[in-house]
Amino acid sequence: MHTAKTQQMKLWLTGGLLAGGLMMAASAQAFTVISFGGASGDAMQQAYYGPFTQQTGKRVVPGDYNGELARIRAMVETGNVSWDLVEVESPELVRGCFEGMFEPIDWARLGLADELMDAAVEECGVGTFVWSTVLAYNADRLPRSPQSWADFWDVETFPGTRGLRRGAKYTLEFALMADGVPVDKVYDQLRTRAGVERAFAKLDELKDHIQWWEAGAQPPQWLVAGDVVMSSSYNGRIAAAQEEGRNLAITWAGSLYDLDYWAIVSGSAHVDTAYEFIRFSSQPDTQAAYSSRIPYGPVNPAALDLLEERQASRMPTASANLEGALAIDTEFWVDYGEELEQRFNAWASRL
Amino acid sequence: MLQSETQTPSAFFDGRSLKAKLRRAERWRKIKAAALVLPLAVFLVIVFVVPISNMLWRSVDNTELMQVMPETAAHLQAWDGQGLPDEATMAAFAEELRASRQGGGLGRIGRRLNYEDPAFRGLLMRTLRQLPVEQPVEGWRASLQSIDAAWAERETWRALQRASSLTTDRYLLAAVDLQRDDDRQIQRIEAEQRVYVSVFQRTLVIAGSVTLICLLMGFPLAYWLATLPTSQSNLLMIFVLLPFWTSLLVRTASWIVLLQTGGVINTTLMATGLTSDPLQLVFNRFGVLVAMVHILLPFMILPLYSVMKGISPSYLRAAVSLGEHPFIAFWKVYVPQTISGVAAGTLLVFIMALGYYITPALVGGPSDQMVSYYVAYYTNTTNNWGMAAALGSLLLIVTLLLYLVYHRMVNQKQLVRN
Repeated sequence: MHTAKTQQMKLWLTGGLLAGGLMMAASAQAFTVISFGGASGDAMQQAYYGPFTQQTGKRVVPGDYNGELARIRAMVETGNVSWDLVEVESPELVRGCFEGMFEPIDWARLGLADELMDAAVEECGVGTFVWSTVLAYNADRLPRSPQSWADFWDVETFPGTRGLRRGAKYTLEFALMADGVPVDKVYDQLRTRAGVERAFAKLDELKDHIQWWEAGAQPPQWLVAGDVVMSSSYNGRIAAAQEEGRNLAITWAGSLYDLDYWAIVSGSAHVDTAYEFIRFSSQPDTQAAYSSRIPYGPVNPAALDLLEERQASRMPTASANLEGALAIDTEFWVDYGEELEQRFNAWASRL
Repeated sequence: MLQSETQTPSAFFDGRSLKAKLRRAERWRKIKAAALVLPLAVFLVIVFVVPISNMLWRSVDNTELMQVMPETAAHLQAWDGQGLPDEATMAAFAEELRASRQGGGLGRIGRRLNYEDPAFRGLLMRTLRQLPVEQPVEGWRASLQSIDAAWAERETWRALQRASSLTTDRYLLAAVDLQRDDDRQIQRIEAEQRVYVSVFQRTLVIAGSVTLICLLMGFPLAYWLATLPTSQSNLLMIFVLLPFWTSLLVRTASWIVLLQTGGVINTTLMATGLTSDPLQLVFNRFGVLVAMVHILLPFMILPLYSVMKGISPSYLRAAVSLGEHPFIAFWKVYVPQTISGVAAGTLLVFIMALGYYITPALVGGPSDQMVSYYVAYYTNTTNNWGMAAALGSLLLIVTLLLYLVYHRMVNQKQLVRN
């Protein structure tokens, strides 16, 4: 009896170890794609991962992270690369590319360069969607719709608290636009000492009326709850609230757009599959499938024609919405971000 | 018989063999004891000593340039800082800059040099693109200067020189709003950029306030729980422990729902006519304190409760029966016996509160962010691990100092009592 039990246990143990070993072996071989998860991750699953596996028979192991480069850096430095393709935001792309964390993209081999929008073609990354930071407002609580960031600063006509992201990025650009700097001169201004002073001086005017947000989910929630009457917000979050029937609206003029990119982690064992996957996920039909599930703009302009009119008009890449919009200057933020964020924190801490 | 009598004592009292046997037995016990604590020791070394030493080292680590450009670094170390470095330095720099593209070295020095001047990354990229393949006839100095005028400035090379020593104090200085000027003198940074001294102050103030509030709220509750009959106190204990079983994020988010302008509390207050305008209860210091106290209260109550459970009620009764006023008796007889519980509770809560990050980030305003917020920012967002390590090391040192002071104070209290 006793020995039989021990034997059984041994059997289980061996079986378990074997299964564990097999699983590890399998995960070491599988093509791993890391995104930011959430609603976007779900849309990617349905528009890219699933169809890609169906078409090519190659399995995609999905995962998510918060965009922190530290983990990728640790992987590359220890040579233990378990992520193959990662979704990265543009500052991380620039920094990671400069530091050799990502494989340079061979555009001749990939093709696509003529099909995608210009901003999608980068040294180490391929743009996958466009998102925007916009002026959003609760249409029920304002007498009329604000037209610009100057209106955002106008507390006489539009009384109430405003939401802005807690940080220098976006905030300084918006402050300069509100102060009358033309959209195409914003970064030229910010590169000068006087421009930075001007932005902070403009922020001083509004300081008492700002409630700072930290997470992207906060602005729509605050707008709905009535904590703020208008706020800077990621366009996708507003669209999601609109889907739920909330009367939130977007002013596209003066919006800041940026791209998320696919980047191949340096030392990945699946570079070929990664290229294949990037090519697959950049086609008009797959891009349209993604953008129909979440209001992030396709990088392949041909995808806009495949979307319904109602959906296409919500995309940051719709031509009407791109008017008066500014592409975020990632190089600028990579070089000056730390200094400006420190200045912002010092400024914001002073009451 | 006689023989055996003479033999036996000699066998017994042979000092050397007995000593050896004893020593052997002793050694064996020591080995067994060591083997028992070995797993813990290994665990502590791996998860505690190594990472903390690593963090302390990273806060002064300045080896990026040395590793990627060993020759340039050596030349620059020898340079007196006057005029411009010699041709040999520039040649070494040009060669090593080209070689740095392989293996990610360029990224490491680019990141390091950008702390000296944010324009450095761009300068390195531009220079690398136009760098001649062969040694130029006019010499490296002229060649570099024709690529970018910045190479003709002494300050550019001084920045490189600063980045080429083994260690640097720039991160630690920056973590207390200081820097070295061109003459290596320590001075405060510009007023608009100063933030970390106030961040440290604020971290200590928030952690201290949370600890104090937890003590004031937890002490009566723990006393009540300790004096109630077991059946009732067990039921109430479940309420104390309930927050433990809920995720920290959920608890924090529910405070936002309760406290926000359009939230439950404000709506109620306005409906009852107590206020006409909604009160600002969240995204400020008040919200941070409420949410943190809620999360940390059990860590105060549990040690207090366990100590109070062990205090016999007869001491208090004796004091009262001897004619002392009940409150004075409580203060003089009961409270001193709870000191070890108070010490454990306050220390636990204070140290946990010092490291709070996600709660102040979600329910605080910009002037309520604590040190860990900036550590996370430098670690994850800008990848400046030197700065993250410097802030972390300083927080560690401040905590240790406070702990020492505190330890002495509590010991003195206990001494006085005894």
